[in-house]
Amino acid sequence: MTHSYYESSARARIAGLLEPDSFHEWLPAAERLTSPHLATLEQPAAFDDGVIIGRGSIAAKQIFIAAQEGGFMGGAVGEVHGAKLVGVLERAVRDRPAAVLLLLETGGVRLQEANAGLIAVSEVMRAILAARAAGVTVIVAIGGQYGCFGGMGIAARCASTIIMSEEGRLGLSGPEVIETARGVEEYDARDRAMVWRTVGGKHRYLLAECDVIVADSMDEFRHAIVAGIDNGDDWSLAALEREHQLLAERVQRFGACKDGRDIWRELGWADPEAIAMPDNDEFVAAAHGHRAKNI
Amino acid sequence: MENLKYRFDGGTPTRGVTAIVGVLGSGNLEVLVEPVALGGACEIEVSTAARGFGSIWQAVMKDFFARHRVGDIRVSVNDAGATPAIVSLRLDQAIETYIAQGKSKT
Repeated sequence: MTHSYYESSARARIAGLLEPDSFHEWLPAAERLTSPHLATLEQPAAFDDGVIIGRGSIAAKQIFIAAQEGGFMGGAVGEVHGAKLVGVLERAVRDRPAAVLLLLETGGVRLQEANAGLIAVSEVMRAILAARAAGVTVIVAIGGQYGCFGGMGIAARCASTIIMSEEGRLGLSGPEVIETARGVEEYDARDRAMVWRTVGGKHRYLLAECDVIVADSMDEFRHAIVAGIDNGDDWSLAALEREHQLLAERVQRFGACKDGRDIWRELGWADPEAIAMPDNDEFVAAAHGHRAKNI
Repeated sequence: MENLKYRFDGGTPTRGVTAIVGVLGSGNLEVLVEPVALGGACEIEVSTAARGFGSIWQAVMKDFFARHRVGDIRVSVNDAGATPAIVSLRLDQAIETYIAQGKSKT
């Protein structure tokens, strides 16, 4: 049994985070709610369409959970996959669990399903906001191999809280997509260090786009999730205005930066080269007062 | 894509709880095992991305049944080009999980 979140499958993450035997799956594999689009394209379709949904408990709190499986088509969102995510969130509005936990690992829309996938992702965004408006805390965790990209990157940012590990990546267009569209001079997707300086967990934490950064372990993710449930949600106009102000300041302050390192220097890191080295606890301690949040 | 079906008679009815293992990712497969009254038979359905490997699947499944001789079980496989060795390991893992889950529930 691995304790790494990064290396675990979606099902192993659910088993590793929730209390033993507390997970009850909705629309499990045996129901065979598979993608109708993949069948027409002569592609095998996963029994659960790459997302596992249900309810369970964590630290004695009842929550709803959805976990995307990055191993199946890069966690991409098809019509059924998206409908399952939306269903969990809509059910939360009705049943009021302590939180909805979304374990995201996805490249975004499943291109094979085209418009159905695009609509599904926009419905997920709306459902996240509707759940928050109804008073349900929505927590996103990102720490898998495939990161969280495309429309689901936007969906993640609609949540109450984002928890990432250093290994996690969050963005809109993924590295390969940017390279394809803009050229290798603009963005070299094979330059792993540069990719992590742009979309990796530490950078997202410094930009205050993720709220909590944890080491890559199931226990660390669980502790952060429990704290996120306890902190609840700030669904106020003041919070939205703070966010807008932060974004406006960001363009002003970092608009001319060419690299994550330039931003870190601007945030007051004397040695931006050293950010990659410390372990998570040292990094979080050093980041105090040097995040975009504290302007 | 190719869909293949196999049936092996004369197995021992084996109790358990529906189990799924593996992921439908490149070079991998997912295996779903369910209890079904089949008069002691084991039915296997395979949906695979790779065409033309029916005889190899037949051999892998025959070996699987010879190893476990499980009956009243339906095995459903979604495959994305796994090698025969990977398929055998996943099938073993699926049956072990199915039986273990059955024991922990009683």
